[in-house]
Amino acid sequence: MIEEKESEILQALYKDLSKPKLEAFISEVHAVKSASNLALKELKSWMKPEKVKTNMSTYPSSAEILPEPLGVVLVISAWNYPFLLSLDPVVGAIAAGNAVVLKPSEISPATSSTIARLLAEYLDNSTIRVIEGAVPETTALLEQKWDKIFFTGGGRVGRIVMSAAARHLTPVTLELGGKNPVVVDSNVDVEVAARRIVAGKWAANCGQICIGADYIITTKKFAPKLIDVLRNKIEEFFGKDPTESSDQSRIVNSFHFRRLANLLDEVSDKIVVGGQRDESRLKIAPTILLDVPENAQIMQEEIFGPLLPIITVENLEECFGIIEAKPKPLSAYLFTNDQRLKKKFVQNVSAGGIAINDTILQVAQPNLPFGGVGESGMGCYHGKFSFDAFTHRKPVLYRIFARDSSVRYPPYTPKKEKIMRALLSGNLLRIILTLLGWSRD
Amino acid sequence: MEETLAELRETFKSRRTRPVAWRKKQLNAILNLIHDNEDLIFKALYKDLGKHPTEAFRDEVGVVEKSVRDSLSCLEKWVAPKKRPLPLVFFPARGEVLPEPLGVVLIFSSWNFPIILALEPVIGAVSAGNAVVLKPSELAPACSKFLKETIPLYLDKQAIRVIDGGADVGEKLLNLKWDKIFFTGSPRVGRIVLTAAAKHLTPVTLELGGKCPAILDTISNSAEMKVAVKRIAGGKWTPHIGQACIAIDYVLVQEHCAPTLIELLKKSIREFYGENPKDFKSISRIVNKHHFERVHNLLKDPEVASSIVHGGSVDEEKLFIEPTILVNPPLDSEIMTEEIFGPLLPIITLKDIEESIEFINSRPKPLVIYAFTKDEAFKRKVLSETSSGGVTFNDAIIQFICDSLPFGGVGQSGFGRYHGKYSFDTFSHEKAVLYRNFFPEIGPRYPPWNAFKLLFIRLIYRYDYVGLLLLLLGLKRY
Repeated sequence: MIEEKESEILQALYKDLSKPKLEAFISEVHAVKSASNLALKELKSWMKPEKVKTNMSTYPSSAEILPEPLGVVLVISAWNYPFLLSLDPVVGAIAAGNAVVLKPSEISPATSSTIARLLAEYLDNSTIRVIEGAVPETTALLEQKWDKIFFTGGGRVGRIVMSAAARHLTPVTLELGGKNPVVVDSNVDVEVAARRIVAGKWAANCGQICIGADYIITTKKFAPKLIDVLRNKIEEFFGKDPTESSDQSRIVNSFHFRRLANLLDEVSDKIVVGGQRDESRLKIAPTILLDVPENAQIMQEEIFGPLLPIITVENLEECFGIIEAKPKPLSAYLFTNDQRLKKKFVQNVSAGGIAINDTILQVAQPNLPFGGVGESGMGCYHGKFSFDAFTHRKPVLYRIFARDSSVRYPPYTPKKEKIMRALLSGNLLRIILTLLGWSRD
Repeated sequence: MEETLAELRETFKSRRTRPVAWRKKQLNAILNLIHDNEDLIFKALYKDLGKHPTEAFRDEVGVVEKSVRDSLSCLEKWVAPKKRPLPLVFFPARGEVLPEPLGVVLIFSSWNFPIILALEPVIGAVSAGNAVVLKPSELAPACSKFLKETIPLYLDKQAIRVIDGGADVGEKLLNLKWDKIFFTGSPRVGRIVLTAAAKHLTPVTLELGGKCPAILDTISNSAEMKVAVKRIAGGKWTPHIGQACIAIDYVLVQEHCAPTLIELLKKSIREFYGENPKDFKSISRIVNKHHFERVHNLLKDPEVASSIVHGGSVDEEKLFIEPTILVNPPLDSEIMTEEIFGPLLPIITLKDIEESIEFINSRPKPLVIYAFTKDEAFKRKVLSETSSGGVTFNDAIIQFICDSLPFGGVGQSGFGRYHGKYSFDTFSHEKAVLYRNFFPEIGPRYPPWNAFKLLFIRLIYRYDYVGLLLLLLGLKRY
């Protein structure tokens, strides 16, 4: 489907988000292809029962864990990576053997209808369906009983999904978002760091990405240099007037444009780079702000757009306090060459995932789980984790009839209790001694 | 209550609960708590539930000891980051998954196994480095009191607290924001817990119940048949006379085997409890009047009452209900639609044992399916055509102490799992970490975009290194 209809998919993504072809190819089309290829390659080994060891207390026995599908699952996806966030979970659900209903986001309508059309054409209609629509349709879907719900989106709707799931005791995976901090040390290769930050903010759907860099923390001393290099990189990538550049996505719709404009208006005196906007084309230039007040709205909610506040501190160690005071984010980034700081950051910062000296890339690793913690979500996927997200891992214990011990059954006698204690202790010597009647207790 | 939570948050923030030494200290403290107070625990269990000390040891005290020992010996391994291999394309980079505690967790335990169902999750929570609030069930007040008074004497008061009380206390706790809630109990309350958790996006593990069926296939060897039935009897009445989420709820058997089954079950009951179970010390009682009436009412339906083939007598004062066997009560009666959680054992006869699959599938997914059979093909069928929390072949209940197997439900029987390493995992966040270097840099990662970069990336993703080389040498068209 992807190979044959790639250009159709890319066109829909361009229509919904003005997503540059290359960005769309890497982050959406290719990512789904890669997930499918991995699943195809590994499916046999993922489906295999896992043999597990048993211990003395259930001797003689053998045991295994058998993966089985949960049943009929509901996948609700988001508008910012509408193709990827619809199909990536669907790949996992299918690999795990479930039937699937996919509800793509109505805020990316071209992609939503393309997906509906293509899935009907290429996949098994009796078990995989796409239901398009907005809030009424989603509400109706959430009233039904599903065996699993997989949701990508914001925390507010995440709560609604989980409450609806609670009525039916349906397990959920929630891929939400957060204010992902980027801490930048001064001992770094600032050219490379700046490029990677720009790529992880503005070359990623214009900042409308759950794992995007939300704000930067750096020292007062280093900030001017960092801002300078960032400014250069922005120009290098997007030209003198980024709102004219075709290498940048646009803001998805006027609602979000106005939301971002409001965030910007409150702190417009802090703009040091960019700030240009064009409402008719829904474009906002890459904008950097310096030292916005902590209580400004832009520091209270997930930005999800091309505005990048930089918070400066005297000593970089202060970053921990700042990050901890906010809800746990989906990702946290650190640029440094200081091994001690790396260790401290990794140990102390709780986030869905962490990348050191880069941004975004950690989610391209199928061997690393992708998911949030706290406000940024629960559950994870990618690679085998996608298979697991839609699987019930059923434990199986095999016993035989021989060697049935009367110790287990009433009437309970002191002797039985002694033997039971020995058996549960797992201590072979003690078991033997007790059975021979030589144990002292 | 808010104060307690705030204090525990401070404790967690201070990183007091992170070092492995702290966790091991708490685990050892639990071990000491159990060793020093075994008699008190037995007394409390007897007072609340009429539980015989041997049963109490086997199902509660002994299991806590075993879990603590296992956790102590494996903790370092569990806590270590796991290296993950990365594709060559990302060279040089390092990936790992680092388990970290979730924060301050709330554990609700149930009344039927009030010690193990409280302490087993606590073991997992402290192994994973969390601060804990434990809310034991008010339906086992002596055990609840014991836990409230004894835990502070052994475990770190700054990080582990016990809050006792009834449903109103539970409700207040649920209004607060926790980093994880672990609940053992009924589906009805499970929904309440999950709904409350949704408001704060709190992840939850629900250990619920269900009607756990036992399938008894034809077993030609009479000695083995005796063992099978004894295990069925054991799986019904010895865990607290059926008041256990993993107790056998009902049996499915082929018609022609039913008489033998009933005879052997009666024999087992006599063996376990003598001629007069009511007077026997090894038998537990129903936990309270409310549940006594609930279970007793299951027998009041005349069609159900007429299906009784053994037992049926009760003693309201002693909260005693005799081990009772029924054959084919109406399938729409409450005894066949609700989880029994008591000493009544319905036997449903089938023409063909394979019908048991359809029978089980037309009902909510249970916590465990027990299948007694030597037919390998039938075993495979049970595994692949039914869904349940777990499956045990040719025995019952014993899977509970096998720590290498996850313990948890699916569908109406719950979600999430624990025991052994799964306890550690259920209270952990597995954080993905990617380490990169500044060198080398790949230009085509960045805008401005062009056809060259598109082709470059296509080739990288296909791991087509030859093609890449040609492209870089200018020998490939784009």
